[in-house]
Amino acid sequence: MAKPRAYIMVPVDADTVIIGAREVKSRFSAELGRRGLADEVRVLEVGSFGPTNAGVIAAVQPDGVVYGRLTPADVPGIVEEHFVKGRICGRYVLPREYPPEVPSDDDARRTQQVGRVVLDNCGRIDPERIEEYIAGEGYFALGRAVGEMTPAQVLDVVEKSGLRGRGGAGFPTGRKWRFCASAPGDVKYVICNADEGEPGTFKDRLIMEGDPHKVLEGMALCGYAIGARMGYVYIRGEYKLSIERMQKAIDQAREYGLLGKGLFGSAFDFDVDIKIGAGAYVCGEETALIESMEGKRGLPRLKPPFPAQCGYLCKPTNVNNVETLAAVPAILRHGADWFRSMGTEGTPGTKVYTVLGHVNRPGLIEVQAGITLREILNDYAGGMASGTFKMAHLGGTAGEILGAEMLDVPMDYDAMQKVGHVLGSGAILIMNESVGINDYLDACMRFFKHESCGNCNPCRNGLHALCGITGRLKAKEGYPGDVALMEELVMSLKTVAFCPLGQSPAGPVMSALRYFRAEVEAGVDPTRVRPKPAHSHLEKVELGV
Amino acid sequence: MKSLDELRKIRDQVRKDLELRGGQHRAKVVVCMGTCGIAAGARETMKAILDTLEAEKVTDVAVVAAGCQGFCEQEPLVEIHLRDAAPVRYGHVDAEKAARIVREHILGGHTVDELVFG
Ligand SMILES: Cc1cc2nc3c(=O)[nH]c(=O)nc-3n(C[C@H](O)[C@H](O)[C@H](O)COP(=O)(O)O)c2cc1C
Ligand code: SF4
Ligand code: FES
Ligand code: FES
Repeated sequence: MAKPRAYIMVPVDADTVIIGAREVKSRFSAELGRRGLADEVRVLEVGSFGPTNAGVIAAVQPDGVVYGRLTPADVPGIVEEHFVKGRICGRYVLPREYPPEVPSDDDARRTQQVGRVVLDNCGRIDPERIEEYIAGEGYFALGRAVGEMTPAQVLDVVEKSGLRGRGGAGFPTGRKWRFCASAPGDVKYVICNADEGEPGTFKDRLIMEGDPHKVLEGMALCGYAIGARMGYVYIRGEYKLSIERMQKAIDQAREYGLLGKGLFGSAFDFDVDIKIGAGAYVCGEETALIESMEGKRGLPRLKPPFPAQCGYLCKPTNVNNVETLAAVPAILRHGADWFRSMGTEGTPGTKVYTVLGHVNRPGLIEVQAGITLREILNDYAGGMASGTFKMAHLGGTAGEILGAEMLDVPMDYDAMQKVGHVLGSGAILIMNESVGINDYLDACMRFFKHESCGNCNPCRNGLHALCGITGRLKAKEGYPGDVALMEELVMSLKTVAFCPLGQSPAGPVMSALRYFRAEVEAGVDPTRVRPKPAHSHLEKVELGV
Repeated sequence: MKSLDELRKIRDQVRKDLELRGGQHRAKVVVCMGTCGIAAGARETMKAILDTLEAEKVTDVAVVAAGCQGFCEQEPLVEIHLRDAAPVRYGHVDAEKAARIVREHILGGHTVDELVFG
């Protein structure tokens, strides 16, 4: 085939499939074919560019033109104008700086792309062609590692890079790998946690859909470092396109001998398989995930022993988030110092966020760790779409709610901790004054109640009671004392719940009280009298209404 | 995959395609492709530009079609945008002149004065 002059890149991910991205793409192919331009202009399916409110997008490169909100019916006109007559079709063009993720000559846009570690290929390569990943230096880190480095050296680089787990807790990745590497036993496992259950977080899905080989390469590097020969990607069943693309990537990597026996002529074997989850939030917790992989009900295990000692099939197992593993190939390729030159001292590198809510440009972004919430809101998300900033919920439902006072705190694990917050998994839900805090808390508690695995009493019953309270506060029918009871409940859950799910409600509730106590308390009706529980010997037990 | 060399081969084969999509170009060539441009042979001009670039193994130059600019009598019309320089416009660019402009202006860095228009 002749070398094309231009590419039409249509991001196809689980969201855009629903609104017709594949139809738009095939219409482009058909129209170009009809006009004899099929060789000159090539149509490509790529991963997400980031924005989630721009409809079906088609980016034309090298022209740097981005059309958005397309339907198949718009396509013939665009082909005629842009490719036959050479005129940009102004009415479909998205605003200049939007989406910032589309590579272009435009300097304003490019400044937002420098230093992309995880998303550098997303929206740029065809995720279903391993050759394109290789063309961007893919699998070179693995080749060099197994050919020229010892596992201990790989481990050192990851440790020195300061990479921290991107699944939410921010645990130092190198240290975690070391636990597993030094655990006795010669059968070990690498698990990529792609359960991504935290509401509002969808970065892992877009990484897998846009650049699946990066995740595989990261897993293989981890396997080499810790001495594992087998890896599993645990993907929730709803992530159909992620599963499809990961599977295709695994097949292609096997075909090229980039997974399998004796990689790069060494003695290192590594293969990857997919395990499909059934979509329970608690199965994102690493020990419940392992239980579920073993074919059991997804109930968290008691720790210790940690997975690094007794994980999958009670073998030493390392569990990392998708984004964490996806950062590893670049770290090995460019070195620990390069990674440390980005982000902050305590949180080197970049962080991928999904920004949503009342903003002009919701979507996926990758930024230097340590920039402030205000910068993310204004520079990346295009500011508030309506109203004024009231609060942001970071890290999904289990994360914390931040008031406007926190807009200028650097977003890294340590700075957040210093002001009493956690950074979480990467969701940033921005809300304006139209969202009532009690409505919001009630929605959060109902989510937890629904997702509680029911295995331990405090969580199972505590969340039921919590929902009773938040439901009343929301209806402005709270009993006097409800707010104090709510605090007591979440704090007891934090101490006694068996797993972090039950411990989490304290996050949103206590942070909401920190910034919006008066508004929460306004949900109490001082004239109401709390009814006596039916069983008076249980006087102190509040089971909701 | 038995060696890094094997991997390098695949990389080099496909890399060209990616550079075109990467958005970082040393130069941009705009070929005027309105109705009269095409009638005057702009398609052949564009093809010559692409072929020359390919023959010279240049991958970081973007070739873009543009609409009518109102200089019909000068067609085919080609504009060369080098990084950090004002664009230069050439008129009556047939296939042969196109190849020369690519070699001398884009690769050599010298404007082909006698072909410049306007
Ligand atoms: C209820 C619950 C849900 C979780 N869900 C996820 C998830 O969907 N994805 C994820 O990567 N980690 C999730 N985690 C965190 C994992 O237990 C684990 O810490 C993480 O996968 C470790 O990877 P990292 O070190 O790369 O961050 C969850 C934890 C809890 C308690
Ligand atoms: S805290 Fe909740 S989710 Fe965790 S084990 Fe107990 S019931 Fe299950
Ligand atoms: S089993 Fe103990 S509360 Fe029901
Ligand atoms: S097409 Fe008319 S001036 Fe170029």
